[in-house]
Amino acid sequence: MFAYIVRRLALMFVTLIGISIIIFVLLRVVPGNIVDILFDAAGFVDPADKANLEKELGLSDPIVVQYFRWIGGLLHGDLGYSYVSEKPALQEILPRIPITARLAGLALLFSAAIGIPLGVISAVHQGTRLDYALRIVSLSGLSLPSFWLGLLILMASVSMFGTMPIFNPNPKTWTEAIAIYAVPAMAVGFRSAALTMRITRSSMLEILRQDFIRTARAKGASENSVNYRHALKNAILPVITVIGIEAAFLIGGLIVTETVFNIPGIARFLVEALRWRDYPIVQNLVMLIAVVVVFANFTVDLLYAAIDPRIRYGD
Amino acid sequence: MRSVRTLAVAALLLLPAYHVASAGEPKQGGILKVYHRDSPASASIHEEATYSVNIPFMPVFNNLVIYKQDVPQNSMESIVPDLAESWAWSGDKKKLTFKLRQGVKWHDGKPFTSADVKCTFDMLMGKSQQKFRKNPRKSWYDEVVDVTTSGDFEASFNLKRPQPALLALLASGYTPVYPCHVSPGDMRTKPTGTGPFKFVEFKANESIKLTRNPDYWKKGLPHLDGMEFTIITNRSTAILGFISGQFDMTFPTEVSIPLLKDVKKQSPNAVCVVEPINVSTNIIVNSSSPPFDSLDIRRAMALAIDRKAFISILFEGQADIGGTMLPAPGGLWAMPKEMLETIPGYGPDINANREEARKLMQKAGFGPDKRLAVKVATRNIPIYRDPAIILIDQLKSIYIDGELDVVETANWFSKVARKDYALGLNLTGNAVDDPDQSFYENYSCGSERNYTNYCNKDIEKLFGEQSQETDVAKRKKIVWEIDKKLQEDVARPIIYHGRSGSCWQPYVKGITIMVNSSYNGYRYEDVWLDK
Repeated sequence: MFAYIVRRLALMFVTLIGISIIIFVLLRVVPGNIVDILFDAAGFVDPADKANLEKELGLSDPIVVQYFRWIGGLLHGDLGYSYVSEKPALQEILPRIPITARLAGLALLFSAAIGIPLGVISAVHQGTRLDYALRIVSLSGLSLPSFWLGLLILMASVSMFGTMPIFNPNPKTWTEAIAIYAVPAMAVGFRSAALTMRITRSSMLEILRQDFIRTARAKGASENSVNYRHALKNAILPVITVIGIEAAFLIGGLIVTETVFNIPGIARFLVEALRWRDYPIVQNLVMLIAVVVVFANFTVDLLYAAIDPRIRYGD
Repeated sequence: MRSVRTLAVAALLLLPAYHVASAGEPKQGGILKVYHRDSPASASIHEEATYSVNIPFMPVFNNLVIYKQDVPQNSMESIVPDLAESWAWSGDKKKLTFKLRQGVKWHDGKPFTSADVKCTFDMLMGKSQQKFRKNPRKSWYDEVVDVTTSGDFEASFNLKRPQPALLALLASGYTPVYPCHVSPGDMRTKPTGTGPFKFVEFKANESIKLTRNPDYWKKGLPHLDGMEFTIITNRSTAILGFISGQFDMTFPTEVSIPLLKDVKKQSPNAVCVVEPINVSTNIIVNSSSPPFDSLDIRRAMALAIDRKAFISILFEGQADIGGTMLPAPGGLWAMPKEMLETIPGYGPDINANREEARKLMQKAGFGPDKRLAVKVATRNIPIYRDPAIILIDQLKSIYIDGELDVVETANWFSKVARKDYALGLNLTGNAVDDPDQSFYENYSCGSERNYTNYCNKDIEKLFGEQSQETDVAKRKKIVWEIDKKLQEDVARPIIYHGRSGSCWQPYVKGITIMVNSSYNGYRYEDVWLDK
């Protein structure tokens, strides 16, 4: 197991190096840089001023020099300066991480807390009206775009309560504090919950037909015990895999949700930084997301072994 | 009849009460909460060319002179002293001298002197050691030789030739005085001014906060304790925020006509106005390469434009048709309607115009069987894209098949500068309703913002002539002549001048939306909350 972990960590390091090169090159391949955009606001491009600014920002250096400057800085904890705000990139990124982490965590929690039990109920009541109703809910979750759902929630909130849960760093009441994160988390987590529910249902249906379930019933185990202790425990592996993948893909949904609910998290910040071609922000943020995804996958793999004793990672 | 009389008496009795209610004494305190449409590139007004910067940061500064903030129409008559107590032109009109206000302090406590004025304008003219990263309005001061000081409280602008419009440029929201002792870099991130509000913080993509300047040199002002701009890029969220009362005001001149109807429906007490913004939507034509090097084709295109259709579709009828200068009644310099209608393409009979256009196209070798295929380039922003689509549709009537070529903002001006387009749809904003700003910036030979490279030496002479003319009536006639010629030459055909809405809650008092510029009316020192 130890050797496996070491091997995975080494592979992760190589993967991250590869990702850093891809991010760096792709960003420079996209037409236009921060200087073009800054001058765009002025309505013209002055070649001399442009060249000066490119030199000042280090954009006129060869791409290899720029790459190693970035990596060198990263190794020393120096993420560079945001081209737009002219503040250290770390200072811009750090305060936004807990906001997005809270939102993503709540969305995943919502997705698991809703998706897994409803998936079990749907499977246990297969073919009933309840099953059909739950399947419609899950289908709608998969088909409703999160930005549309977010806007609907906001409109309904304004119409019914005369207020709406847009971000406020200093909420006045605990209900406001909850609404600020919980409502957007539900909007973004609804799709994941629907997916989790479908996977749980199909996985449960397969397990419920296994011999050991019939044996458990024959032994007189209660329905709850059969469904949750015996069936769900064996059906959960694909669900964990999906939640792991969803955690990685959540950033896409968060971009939209953070924009609609005006949450100053890293997802929306990333899009804005990309729009400005603010390289230090974009490359560090994408790198951070890559690290999170790689570690999420690693954690999911380790969880397999913890949940299912039949899985062994050999040396 | 009796009821009419009763109503009239009741109205007369109510009138004084209404007057008192509407003109109540300003109340001190409160934070004005406004949503902001996007995150400005920096806080330095001099380095930016968008009113996304003027709106939150104009309250931090003072100018030498300023357009009176409660007069909606900017004109020479509405210019009032600001950091200057008075001004005077020399006899030959080549020297403009300002007597400066004494006892004014920067927000960091340092005294304001004439050295700050010199520093600011030297930097704008590119004559100082310290440089702006960008200097988009350097050309405004092309006629200024230098700025000299006499003691701590007098500064003079020495000109190459008379330019009465210089005062108008100095009164713009784009022309604050900067402190000598603060670097351009610091002004981009934490600006220091002498204005009614002090800068507190600017969190990119989040918020901009200002607080009351207790030592403001205008005693008793500002009324507000502060201002908060929450940056909300999603327009639907922002409007919902206003409707739900989370904001006191929308971002000024940013509510489209269809959205305005929605706001009024859901928030019937909101005060909403629609005013011209002095931004024209126009066509840029690459006349240096085929097929638009042919004047016939350019004229045919100008003749094919149905301006009323654009206005009806995009603004529900609430926009204006005109030449380069903003049309009346908002604009001061537009040619009379009867003169405008003599320009090809501006006549009311669209069918006749298009018939003539088709003949010109046929003369150039195109027709129903040989249509001209062309890409119509524009920025990938709705206010650019939407009219471009209508333009493509209208050009079909004269055998031109346009294909929309949307260009990301990052690449738009580089593409235009490279002349890598045949036909484009563009928006041109004017900070000051004055011909000097518009003509020199957009049509002068060699100007950076003259995207089409239009260059006519005869017109250029007229630019100078109007610029030096001190008699307003005479100047207007020259301006009309220039504007007419620019349209006839299809230099940059103007489709329409847009209008836009602004809304605020009924308890917000003292807001004035300017009718001929969307860059100059955001000092907010007179604004108060009747809560």
